[in-house]
Amino acid sequence: MFTELNSILNASPDSFTQGEFILVTDRQSDASFLIHHFLCFYLRARCKVLFLGLVQSLNHYSSVSQRLGVSLAQAKDKGQLIFLEGLKDSLSVLIPQESSKASEAMDFLRDPAAGLRSLYQFVRSRLSGAADGDGGEEWGPPVLLVDDVSVLLSLGVSAGAVLDFSHYCRATVCSRLKGNVVMLTRCDGEEQEDEGDDEGPENLLKGLTHQCSIALHVQGLPTGFCRDIHGQVCARVLCWRQKQTDGQCTPSKLFQYKVHDKGASFFARGTSSAVL
Amino acid sequence: MAAPMSGVDKPSAERSSFNTTSFQKKTRSKLIAIPGSRPSVQNGQLLVSTGVTSLDYLLGGGLAVGTVRLIEEDRYDSYSRMVLKYFLAEGVVCRHELFVSTAQESPDDLLQELPAPILDDVAGHTPVEPSRLSCDPQHGLDAMKIAWRYQNLPKVQSALASSSRFGHYYDVSKTMEPEIRQAARCHRFYVPEHPNQASSTRSTGLESYSALLTSLQELIHKKGFDLATPMSNSRNILRIGLHSLGSALWGDDLCCHDNPTNGHALTTFLYGLRALLRSSLSVAVVTVPSHLIQDRTLVGRITRLCDHAIALESFKGSERETNPLYKDYHGLLHVRQAPRLNCLASNLPDHKDLAFKLKRKQFTVKRLHLPPDLSETVSRVSRGELAGATAVASACSSATSGNRHLDF
Repeated sequence: MFTELNSILNASPDSFTQGEFILVTDRQSDASFLIHHFLCFYLRARCKVLFLGLVQSLNHYSSVSQRLGVSLAQAKDKGQLIFLEGLKDSLSVLIPQESSKASEAMDFLRDPAAGLRSLYQFVRSRLSGAADGDGGEEWGPPVLLVDDVSVLLSLGVSAGAVLDFSHYCRATVCSRLKGNVVMLTRCDGEEQEDEGDDEGPENLLKGLTHQCSIALHVQGLPTGFCRDIHGQVCARVLCWRQKQTDGQCTPSKLFQYKVHDKGASFFARGTSSAVL
Repeated sequence: MAAPMSGVDKPSAERSSFNTTSFQKKTRSKLIAIPGSRPSVQNGQLLVSTGVTSLDYLLGGGLAVGTVRLIEEDRYDSYSRMVLKYFLAEGVVCRHELFVSTAQESPDDLLQELPAPILDDVAGHTPVEPSRLSCDPQHGLDAMKIAWRYQNLPKVQSALASSSRFGHYYDVSKTMEPEIRQAARCHRFYVPEHPNQASSTRSTGLESYSALLTSLQELIHKKGFDLATPMSNSRNILRIGLHSLGSALWGDDLCCHDNPTNGHALTTFLYGLRALLRSSLSVAVVTVPSHLIQDRTLVGRITRLCDHAIALESFKGSERETNPLYKDYHGLLHVRQAPRLNCLASNLPDHKDLAFKLKRKQFTVKRLHLPPDLSETVSRVSRGELAGATAVASACSSATSGNRHLDF
């Protein structure tokens, strides 16, 4: 959890707005450090977290979270964290064997063109089923974290199906269960118009940006690679969705960041410690 | 570098609680000693050498076990093939197991071309080897007068000591002796031996890719590279070399069409490969002819599915080959992606302008240094060409486009 980012977004583990869809995107850089931030943030806020880790193993996330001060193993044991290891479960579907049982969440790999209905069922059953009293500790609002959504495009799912999935998740988690959703999507290359290309990651990005309430765009510096400043983040909060605004919200904030071993530091443009 | 840690004391049940991937956190007693590997200084992961020591140094000390390295091939597939051969040769010298998959020629042909290691301190597998050692056996027969304390030490290093060295040098002009090569266990996958059958169950993906994935998984399970099997003291690492994945010989039309029909076959395979590798003691190097793929988003997706990606761009056949500025190098090396494993930060190399040169005994990768413009004739000829090479203009001061040299 990066405290500087909390102050920038006006959120803290004790008080954060519910029912939000936070979209993290990156272009020619790597925004996965923000996913680690949100994971630790919501675990500290005592929310029930469902994490769809489609690109990395659980060990990776637990090592990083250990450095940020949160233990994923403990959270899993207490029932606060439900972790879907996409890589591990996908093997049983990609290499069909008679003896192994396929996990229902990654079942869409059998026929990716058919959509992500099974994945959505998994999300819904895990998040809403447990909210009706399971005898354990009472957790806060449910949170869904997806890392990352654009890998589904590489697995053959169409952009429309991914947008449907995110819409259903938002309807379930944000509106019905009053929780939050955080999704990471990655695209590369410059902004370009795909002529009639329905599968493009640009269409996915545009669709998701339309659905979200907070967008964090991470990109590299326009002047090129720099060792001390890894890139810049543009945080856009769509204020008109919030009924209780007092009209004092800035449309977008731009700041730069540097990722190091134990966290990331955020600073206003031009105020990096290497420059000053 | 720290010596390898002692063997495993604790039973396997303790470590399989959530440590079922090959990224082991560095704790005191749980590191096992596998010859040819060492823990990383940054985050304690197990690293193996790529066979090219300058690449190892550049990219964080070596290849982390459990990751996939992507090499985007150069135009004539000469240097990427060389790097793959270095990788396999290093596996032979370190006694790792190999898995080679090719589409164009038989894997045995690729294995016969492996470069010979420079054996000044590698103990021989056959009696022929010790004669190549640099120490002179005749002098050892006499009693040592000055260094008499070393009299009783063995003259030939034991095999364990030799294989604990990280990174070896190879002589490209000679091929590896068949005795050394046959000492290593090697598994092969040759695409024409696995013809595409009509598949009724799988609607996506290509038969060749799924056959490769299936054979990899079988190998990992049978030979005990899987991390889920109980740890024993004799673990080994599997080195997987996949040559020219995605080319037309795999039945894939990625490289032929602008809009391939099976656009996600290769990416699904890479996803499955990543899943396999994360849960086993193996490391893979994949070469892809990305210069043939028209769709750059697809290349971006392929890059993101691999942990580490470099692209080789050789000067052969281009006008840069005769350009006097580039006479010291054979090509450029671009680092497209650095892995982010078990930590927040990734270690990209500091400089983006890297060039490589293949010498007889070494494949060097270093920062591109353009020589200073000293003579008039050199600058007049090369300024026009350098204007096109904007990517490497960082070190050169005369990167302006075609301005006339100031004459006094």
